[in-house]
Amino acid sequence: MNIVVCIKQVPDSDKVTIDRETNRLNRAGVPSIINPFDENALEMALQLKDKHGGKITVISMGPPQAEEALRTALSHGADEAILISDRKFGGADTWATSYTITLALKKLADPVDLILFGKQAIDGDTAQVGPGVAHFFGVPMITYAKSCEVTENGFRVQQVTDHGYNVWDVEKPAALTVVKEANQLRMPSLKKKMAAKKAEIPVWGAEQLQPDETKIGLSGSPTKVNKVFAPPVKLNKEILSGEPADMVKELIYKLREKKVL
Amino acid sequence: MGEINYGLTEEQLEIRAMLDEFGKERIVPVRAELDEKGIFPSALLKELAQMDMMGLYIDEAYGGMGVGHLGFCIAVETLSKYCIGVSVSYAANALGADPIIIGGSEEQKKKYLSPLASGEKWAAFGLTEPNAGSDAGGIATTAVKKGDKYILNGTKQWITNGGEADTYTILAVTNKAKGARGVSCFIVEKGMPGFSFGKKEDKLGIRASATRELIFQDCEVPAENLIAKEGMGFLLAMKTFDISRPGIAAQGVGLAQGALDMAVDYARVRHQFGKPIIANQGLQWMLADMAMKVETARAITYVACNTIDGGEKDVSKISAMCKCYAGDVAMSVTTDALQVLGGYGFMKEYPAEKMMRDAKILQIYEGTNQIQRDVIGAALIKEYASRAR
Repeated sequence: MNIVVCIKQVPDSDKVTIDRETNRLNRAGVPSIINPFDENALEMALQLKDKHGGKITVISMGPPQAEEALRTALSHGADEAILISDRKFGGADTWATSYTITLALKKLADPVDLILFGKQAIDGDTAQVGPGVAHFFGVPMITYAKSCEVTENGFRVQQVTDHGYNVWDVEKPAALTVVKEANQLRMPSLKKKMAAKKAEIPVWGAEQLQPDETKIGLSGSPTKVNKVFAPPVKLNKEILSGEPADMVKELIYKLREKKVL
Repeated sequence: MGEINYGLTEEQLEIRAMLDEFGKERIVPVRAELDEKGIFPSALLKELAQMDMMGLYIDEAYGGMGVGHLGFCIAVETLSKYCIGVSVSYAANALGADPIIIGGSEEQKKKYLSPLASGEKWAAFGLTEPNAGSDAGGIATTAVKKGDKYILNGTKQWITNGGEADTYTILAVTNKAKGARGVSCFIVEKGMPGFSFGKKEDKLGIRASATRELIFQDCEVPAENLIAKEGMGFLLAMKTFDISRPGIAAQGVGLAQGALDMAVDYARVRHQFGKPIIANQGLQWMLADMAMKVETARAITYVACNTIDGGEKDVSKISAMCKCYAGDVAMSVTTDALQVLGGYGFMKEYPAEKMMRDAKILQIYEGTNQIQRDVIGAALIKEYASRAR
């Protein structure tokens, strides 16, 4: 079975601050990590490989330093890694990103059985690239997957909902986005980590992928970021004190006053 | 801040980085519960196996990583920053395997080291008995040859990984008349007829580790499981300790480092009299003394490892020195770290009291620190006698 896991390198959000003057992220000196939900996608792939064998290819689109995230994925047990990187791809929105990643999937030597994504990235939080790739690649997509079993023709997938989960049977090839509840990424292995340091990671750019130049990068992106800002912090909060019964009475009174109740 | 340069290799630094992450992610969240309930860290050891850490000390020819004693001790040290109950359960595998590594035949190495390297099986070493601790010559467990088997009878006490391990290296008397020269070493597998386990001990510290009695009642061990020759057991045990003691020293270094880290972090944020307590010179000097002890303990431990890895045959003195020194350092630094935390340190909510309870064993097991001083003294006598004209 051939599994592709698409991963994104993101700034470690625990360590990111926002510049209060410019409302931009202070990226300098912030360590980069694999998007946490993509770790769940990778672990799902590793567990499927443990059970059924096969090959795991990790793909990331980003600047040259995204190679680090791919090496990390190799040290956790992925077999091969490909970096999609080209200045021409810079500034791509989710639509152009999905288009570009799909070109890479089509270029892979072996036919793909399963494409896994994290449910969303912790920097952009759009949750659009997984479904976007499924659309361009022409395969069914199940979002919010918490488990995936191999069936005769494809996969049986549990999809998390607000109230429980749905069970879907899907034919392969298929694409899933994976939630945190699915699993926890295993620790890397020393042998694989040492090998990953030396691994050759091919870089696929516009030359290799031959894209329609009107569909890539900033100029090929139908959406533009208008403004990034930190939501204003409202400080007019009020903390009630006293006996619980009195506090509840006061709370109800205040909510009525504001016509919430 | 400049890192102190021990000339570590990329691989050694990677082992440290990986286990630091493992410690923070996997050990810290569970260590208090493992300690309180005395739970053996099976899940953690399995994960360490998947990380290729169980076979660090075993040659690549037998499926290990062959990173030498320094690489192994860096692993033990790093795990020990987070919990030495976990790190001893890990390191005792090496102690159990060492007699096979030192004196085993090619067949024994292939059969027994490979599953230890992969982490599929765990090991333990059995020497101590109710009447044979520091005086290893007082072993009462007997092994009598009967056809192609040895029949073992007796009881081992306080065996780390007892009951949990699959492969045991056991010392038993094959010729009482010869005293220490009449002791032999056997590989005994869990499940061999006549081999059973006694109660799990309730301990002051390292409570996550399993400490049990091993009971041999007409236990049948195939004759081919004798390591080296009859009568070589005591020598094998002494050589085992020579190379295993830096592992205990590494536990002391890691534990003391963990306690120092905790104390400094606390002293920076704890405010009294309108300033962080670390602003007091008296406290800074206390922390400085702790830091010097940790670093000197690390230095002597790494030197001992490098001496062994360099192929030096007689390493008794430096091994005893690092074990004794780092064990004493761990006791003193954990005691002082608790003092820095004051009343909070005395409470179970903080790891300080556990670290202090855990430290005590380092001055006791694998030869008490008094025995280490005996070993160092004996080495001095030998050394100076050979120099005398």
